[in-house]
Amino acid sequence: MVQKLDYLRETPSQTAGPYVHIGLAPGAAGFDIYDQEMGWDIAGPNAKGERIRVEGLVIDGTGSPVKDVMLEAWQADSQGRYVDPKNPDATEEGFCGWGRVITNFETGEWGFDTVKPGSVPGRNGSTQAPHINLWVVARGINIGLNTRLYFDDETAANADDPVLNVVEWENRRATLLAKRTERDGKIVYRFDINLQGENETVFFDI
Amino acid sequence: MTDQGEFFQRDREWHPPAFTPDYKTSVARSPRNALISLENTQSEITGPTFGHNAFGTHDNDLLLNYAQAGESPIGERIILHGRVLDENCRPVPNTLVEIWQANAGGRYRHKKDTYLAPIDPNFGGCGRTLTDENGYYFFRTVKPGAYPWRNLVNNWRPAHIHVSVFGTAFAQRLITQCYFEGDPLVDKCPIVKTIPSQEGRDSLGAALDMNASVPLDSLAYKFDIVLRGRRSTLFENRMEGN
Repeated sequence: MVQKLDYLRETPSQTAGPYVHIGLAPGAAGFDIYDQEMGWDIAGPNAKGERIRVEGLVIDGTGSPVKDVMLEAWQADSQGRYVDPKNPDATEEGFCGWGRVITNFETGEWGFDTVKPGSVPGRNGSTQAPHINLWVVARGINIGLNTRLYFDDETAANADDPVLNVVEWENRRATLLAKRTERDGKIVYRFDINLQGENETVFFDI
Repeated sequence: MTDQGEFFQRDREWHPPAFTPDYKTSVARSPRNALISLENTQSEITGPTFGHNAFGTHDNDLLLNYAQAGESPIGERIILHGRVLDENCRPVPNTLVEIWQANAGGRYRHKKDTYLAPIDPNFGGCGRTLTDENGYYFFRTVKPGAYPWRNLVNNWRPAHIHVSVFGTAFAQRLITQCYFEGDPLVDKCPIVKTIPSQEGRDSLGAALDMNASVPLDSLAYKFDIVLRGRRSTLFENRMEGN
């Protein structure tokens, strides 16, 4: 005899399907319905730090770009602080930290403008290298995929990052590094996500 | 209530696995390597919050939010309502719930949907709301129709509403689909069947809720959503999350 544990069970995930844009980015689906769509401005106009653009493709197991993806980003500000609803003044005015982007239906390219995040505290007094948390959903993806984008010009911080170091296959860590380039005077980080196969991106169970 | 605790581990045997070959699109879109498990850090136990000022007055009313003045979408008028709770049975207040769906004929207002059922000029098909202090949410809409999709040649999705929920942390982020009590297509659907257990599949069925129906106006369906629970952490001799 034993008592029953009275926890509820998490609602099971289902794919976002091909028309995720209707609900979460209706402008892209081809119609305007809300006064304000969410997730287009991660950093706001006043946030300090280096302004960057992040862009890439999501590529499937056949090598083809996936053209119906939605990605969400969650990041700290340039001082390494996440937005805290209980302490709204801790981050700069207008800094949201969260973003939502969809791929171009023709090319599969996605991208967003933000500021480069600072280092954030890790567990047990460690420090995490600057990173952006990403969540990828699409048709064919039954449960959202979590990954992290790190910056390839943060060599020293990346080498000490506790999460990157959990990835025991050192060659796979490179799949989490976005490559810094410059275009028209703008700093652009390229981050392609490979869902499957060669150079498959590391995905996390968080 | 603190929101600093770590989360119960997600039960990946309860959720659908990534690779479910009867749902064909999953074959090339599922990682082949195992997920790498992370102990929670600030990056996972924090998440975005949203204020009421982002919303319009009819954002949760799909009968009105795209209709011409004095018009209404065609279809079965329903209320979809329920609570967002965590695995500890605690309500999740002020969290963003977003939905999207096809119209009564199974046609989405999306430039990529070419199904021959017509668009409803008075129906957009998306809504959003914040849960109240008790974790309660509601929408008004029309019941969506089933529609065919290219998987097996004669596959039809059961009537469903897509549901997206945030919770209080990035680790709780969830997208799912809500089905309707009594729909015979549910048991035939390869997407529903990506969920391993019958109990899990049943938990996505919204129950007909006569108590919440509005006589001579709308039927109601109840759909509760459960997000991951926060763990009590015992460090520094103090229970967090309790």
